[in-house]
Amino acid sequence: MDKTTQVVDLEKVVIKFAGDSGDGMQLTGTQFTDTSALLGNDLATFPDYPAEIRAPQGTVAGVSGFQIHIGRIDINTPGDIADVLVAMNPAALKANKNWIKKGGTIIVNIDTFTKRDLEKAGYETSPLEDNSFEGYNIIQAPITKLTREALKDSGLDGKSIGRSKNMFALGIVYWMFNRPMKQTEKFLEKKFAKKPEVVAANIKVMHAGYNFADTIEALPSSYTVLSANLAPGTYRNVMGNQAIAWGFLAAAERSNKELFLGSYPITPASDILHELAKHKNLGVKTFQAEDEIAGICSAIGASFTGSLAITTTSGPGLALKGEGLGLAIMAELPLVVVNVQRGGPSTGLPTKTEQSDLMQALYGRNGESPSVVLASSTPGNCFDWAYMASKITLEHNTPVVLLSDGYLGNGAEPWKIKSTKDMPEINPSIAVEGEEYQPYARDEKTLARKIALPGTKGLEHRLGGLEKEDVTGNVSYDPDNHEKMVGIRAEKIKRIADVIPDQQVFGKEEGDLLVIGWGGTHGSLYSAVDNLLADGEEIALCQFNYINPLPNNIETLLSKYKKIVVCELNSGQFANYLRMNFQGTIFNQYNKIQGFPFTSSELESHFKTLLAK
Amino acid sequence: MEHLTNKDFTSDQEVKWCPGCGDYAILRAMQKALPNLERKKEDFVFISGIGCSSRFPYYMNTYGFHTIHGRAPAFATGVKLANPNLSVWQITGDGDALAIGGNHFIHALRRNIDINILLFNNEIYGLTKGQFSPTSKKGIKTKSNPHGTTDEPFSPSDLAIGAQGSFFARVVDTNPKLMQQIFVEAESHRGTSLIEILQNCVIFNDKTFAPITAKEVKKDAQIVLEQGKPMLFGAEMNKGIVLNGFKLEVVTVGENGITEKDILVHDAKEQDPTLHAMLARMRPPEFPAALGIIRAVDRPTFDEGLLAQLEYEKENAKFNTVDELLQSGDTWEI
Ligand SMILES: Cc1ncc(C[n+]2csc(CCOP(=O)(O)OP(=O)(O)O)c2C)c(N)n1
Ligand code: SF4
Ligand SMILES: [Mg+2]
Repeated sequence: MDKTTQVVDLEKVVIKFAGDSGDGMQLTGTQFTDTSALLGNDLATFPDYPAEIRAPQGTVAGVSGFQIHIGRIDINTPGDIADVLVAMNPAALKANKNWIKKGGTIIVNIDTFTKRDLEKAGYETSPLEDNSFEGYNIIQAPITKLTREALKDSGLDGKSIGRSKNMFALGIVYWMFNRPMKQTEKFLEKKFAKKPEVVAANIKVMHAGYNFADTIEALPSSYTVLSANLAPGTYRNVMGNQAIAWGFLAAAERSNKELFLGSYPITPASDILHELAKHKNLGVKTFQAEDEIAGICSAIGASFTGSLAITTTSGPGLALKGEGLGLAIMAELPLVVVNVQRGGPSTGLPTKTEQSDLMQALYGRNGESPSVVLASSTPGNCFDWAYMASKITLEHNTPVVLLSDGYLGNGAEPWKIKSTKDMPEINPSIAVEGEEYQPYARDEKTLARKIALPGTKGLEHRLGGLEKEDVTGNVSYDPDNHEKMVGIRAEKIKRIADVIPDQQVFGKEEGDLLVIGWGGTHGSLYSAVDNLLADGEEIALCQFNYINPLPNNIETLLSKYKKIVVCELNSGQFANYLRMNFQGTIFNQYNKIQGFPFTSSELESHFKTLLAK
Repeated sequence: MEHLTNKDFTSDQEVKWCPGCGDYAILRAMQKALPNLERKKEDFVFISGIGCSSRFPYYMNTYGFHTIHGRAPAFATGVKLANPNLSVWQITGDGDALAIGGNHFIHALRRNIDINILLFNNEIYGLTKGQFSPTSKKGIKTKSNPHGTTDEPFSPSDLAIGAQGSFFARVVDTNPKLMQQIFVEAESHRGTSLIEILQNCVIFNDKTFAPITAKEVKKDAQIVLEQGKPMLFGAEMNKGIVLNGFKLEVVTVGENGITEKDILVHDAKEQDPTLHAMLARMRPPEFPAALGIIRAVDRPTFDEGLLAQLEYEKENAKFNTVDELLQSGDTWEI
């Protein structure tokens, strides 16, 4: 197809596909993502699902969205607001009206702007006919009608025809951004291999959308986003939950351990269970337990027996796992607990993101029961942190809580494929047959005890949740011994700081403002700081992945900046944790608790005010 | 293999149950039973929850794990799945298994994971000093219900059968020989073997099973069911169980024209659990309490199912290393 319109080169662009839950927006978005990735764009994506599986059709509650940010420059977030919005119905337009850039392009399926659909979306009159969207470039595409037209001779029934209209929208957007349709054609051929008529219909509709865009004059120009300057290598797209699953698989292989997952489904963590359940060929044993408690307890049983054992959940599930985690701390067994955080308290906002389980991860157990706490900070590095969590837990024989969140878990980005051989070695601390074994004797340096696995001749011993006598591990109610053991368990975690790297900053080594974040906010904080650095500001970003223990160099690092601001998606949990650890230092806070990530622009303007004062 | 004795299974820890507690006899029976299994000592694992009974693993010189209240089935499941070669024994009390742990208990039975569950049923919470439990007889007065309980008790056998349990046996702490024999048979059964032990708590619920176990009555108050044998009992072995319509009935051989041929013959292997449930529910004074293996049927186990899937996937998958997984799907070069 030759292009008659002018082609404009863009640095980056944010596109949002929105429609009813049944409109296939996730698939449309994923297709656009995969095609852009193959063209070499850097990108980040974020799906935004409704909490209900089948919210009433056509209502705002039932809108499902998929946002993608592509660029030829470094892309770190799915974008604050969209340059282009595809709205498959009035509800999708209404739900996104504040998330589209002034003057941006909105493609609507005009066939759905009927009285009935407008009413369902809560509009009295069509927002396209009053001044609601003045100044925007609105493309009114008769998507339903043209899809039907294209497929009138296909022999498909009305329902199947209706289902392919997302391909029309995708065709339009492919034209707008000069993307080839090959990748999606290949995808459709594979996905519907058994239904060639469906493949043909979908491809036909996509081409119809593409040609529609090429023909109408409403689109003055099309755009290209050239390939980004990514480091050479082989890439693929990964989502955070998938990367976490793979990180554990890699760690199991490198440590010669069998991977065991005990888990109970919960949004947004279930995809880790789904991903691992697929890979029995790699020897992973997944166990869908009767509840979260059985999930963690089965994992502890497997750990006692020698597996790399993990359990995955989200906030309410972590609450249920508290007692089990306490036992693993007492028994000093390896275990990784993954918490893909969501909005809380209680059932809260299951499909939205938040960072409000930090205190729960650090302290949500009875007694003094310290746990290692780590946090991943990009969809891709979920792989590395799952791997690191496994390494620490197996080498130090103490549980690790790994915090991710809904935004990382469901977000995707291009990932330079790692080789398991490039990952650090893992040396599990296990006693072997013939050695003199005292269950609670410790390594002098790390204070880690050795575990002995059932089936090992001569090392029979008993573990349990009752206080352990130092060295022998026998039950002990001795007051001095108890105080000593509480101290040892705490010190053991502290000493892990000696084997982890110093905390790094991005930006100025010293200066006016240190921005502190942890976990999943990395993308937006990085973008905001990057922009201010370009403006010449003396600013830096310090994004934490090691939460407990903190790296050893934090105190020195903090002293190099005039002002510090801690940004997090909660009311200030990490800020308070830092205050407790570094008394005397003043930590400003920037918080947001709306179920959504920070936008880089809100951060940038806040940092500017802090820098101006 | 070297032959082990009960001494090999005795740990160096001082046993701390109350003098006279039924748990002692169970411990001794277990220590004597295990050598008969001709397995390596290091392959036995005892997993318990919390309660007096759950202290059991500390006294066994095997691998052991005293875990948290009610959750032992989940730990045992993890152990068995991680290493199917192990002989896994779960020790639990009536509160541990049927109150806080009721959910895990029924799910273990439903899955039929290959473990043995010893349910120490003393119809009371021993460790927390005498509150009523889900198996306490209705109306008993305890500290937590001084006016008598209004709770309807659970029947462990009905729960087990309702959860599709494949093996249910009952023993009494006063019969060490029967305990030893049943422990050995439970281990050879593939699937979840549940053994209910009527255990006397001398301190908080003394003699609650006396109508079944007391010397003076036991011959008439117990029937030990044996596979393929007529259900006869009594001091003279002349009483028997028959089915009269939909109901069980006790009859005397030689009276009213009853001969041994009329007496029910025990078949623990019958898939239909109806009769098993009725037998397990029998109680004095009307009936003798049924002991021995009441139900033992063949049913696929959860662990074998999972292992078979793993084997199949390993043999038929396109790849077998993590690096191949990472490189699979859509990739591109830069
Ligand atoms: C989470 C939790 N809740 C409550 C307890 C207190 N507790 C310990 S044992 C027990 C009941 C024990 O009864 P049972 O299981 O019948 O065992 P027994 O002592 O009779 O052998 C209770 C309520 C506990 N340890 N943990
Ligand atoms: S309280 Fe009862 S069950 Fe517990 S040890 Fe004493 S006698 Fe045994
Ligand atoms: Mg009890």
